[in-house]
Amino acid sequence: MTNLTVSNSTLALGFVLVLVALVIGYIEKLHIDKDIIIGVIRAIIQLSIVGYILKFVIKANDNWLTLACFIIIVINASWNAGKRGNGIPKAFQSSLLAIFVGTTITLTTLVLTGSIKFVPEQIVPVTGMIASNIMVAIGLCYRNMKQTFTDRHQQVLEKLALGADIKLASLDILRDSIKSGMQPTIDSIKTLGLVSLPGMMSGLIFAGVDPVKAIKYQIMVTFMLLASTSIGSIISCYLGYKQFFNDRKQLKNDLIS
Amino acid sequence: MENIFEVQDLSYQVGETKILKHINLEVEKGNYLTVVGPSGSGKSTLMRILASMISATGGKVLFDGKSIDSYEPIEYRQRVSYAFQQPTLFGKTVRDNLSFPFEVRKKDFDEMKVINYLEMVNLNETYIDKSVNDVSGGEKQRIALLRNLIFPPEVLITDEVTAGLDAENKAIVHRMLNEFNDRGLTILRVTHDETEIEDSRAKIRIGNGEIEND
Repeated sequence: MTNLTVSNSTLALGFVLVLVALVIGYIEKLHIDKDIIIGVIRAIIQLSIVGYILKFVIKANDNWLTLACFIIIVINASWNAGKRGNGIPKAFQSSLLAIFVGTTITLTTLVLTGSIKFVPEQIVPVTGMIASNIMVAIGLCYRNMKQTFTDRHQQVLEKLALGADIKLASLDILRDSIKSGMQPTIDSIKTLGLVSLPGMMSGLIFAGVDPVKAIKYQIMVTFMLLASTSIGSIISCYLGYKQFFNDRKQLKNDLIS
Repeated sequence: MENIFEVQDLSYQVGETKILKHINLEVEKGNYLTVVGPSGSGKSTLMRILASMISATGGKVLFDGKSIDSYEPIEYRQRVSYAFQQPTLFGKTVRDNLSFPFEVRKKDFDEMKVINYLEMVNLNETYIDKSVNDVSGGEKQRIALLRNLIFPPEVLITDEVTAGLDAENKAIVHRMLNEFNDRGLTILRVTHDETEIEDSRAKIRIGNGEIEND
């Protein structure tokens, strides 16, 4: 644990790395200096606040407080996933259900199997990891769904005209969208350890944990992300595709552009 | 003869644009009605409303004496089938397309029935496993029409299905549709084709969103 030497002064020196990005942006005329500065300031403020909150929650070690953190993370992730819905109606509600169910099932399994304990220092970070992954997966699902409904609307219309139910008419789109949500997780699993030493494992190694033990946690994280993105993608897609049709089972023109 | 469709004071508008204005129309069972009119006159919109692909913004349509809104849409579209001008074939093979109507009705694929239907449109059984990329435009339209007819509906609405087809393909499509009409199928056909208009058994003309008297 003594190897962790980052301090305010070392962080300030590390700010040089931000300057590298700024200089590249300036030389290449990318006009992203404002975004970089705002991003960095937001990251510092958000992480500082979260750091202090986590310190408080961990110290309090109260189940209700831990549960409150879980709910806040889930709602926040759903809000962001909903914003990526690109005008799909009820995107927030669908995301909320998908993230809530995905996170709850995964966390419950992890706690029941004894992989993690119901203590704030484990529940809160793991909730964050799960919810943010489902959030990204849902964003990809929605984007793919809207695009494929637009690209293949003629085929959907023809299937409807042949008397198909909305599910059968959109089955290809539904499958492709679920797959698009899960694909990045599957792809990243394939290169685990070869290209990337992911966050959980790196963090533990940083903190001085035996790498062999650290990989066990990473394997657990891999299982957990696979399950949660699958559950989240399926729920959000099954709720999402219905929004492309009205109550007369007609394709809504305003959603395909 | 009984009416299969009664269109009463039907309107359709998008925003401020009135596409159909107070349409009144009766279609008898077993009729083969040709719908003509310039592009953008509202013909296809009327047909899509009758096929329940879109809903009217005013007035009503009775199908078999009852408002089309009172029917379950899926069941309705199996009774009133709509064929598109430039159909897309689904999946990879012709089989994927001809098995679709079976899938819709949760029935097992009946290969013999499909072969009989293929022969009706001058396609032999080897077509079943042909790739959708290996069929010509005319064959594509014939296969698409079979999707509509393999479980014969009560009404078939065709929206310029012979546009762009050569004389031989047109003749095959005409022969098939006439055969089905003779067996009692009501057909509503939108067309710009001069020969089809001349040969039509009954005809209405739509102009500027209204039915015009010839």
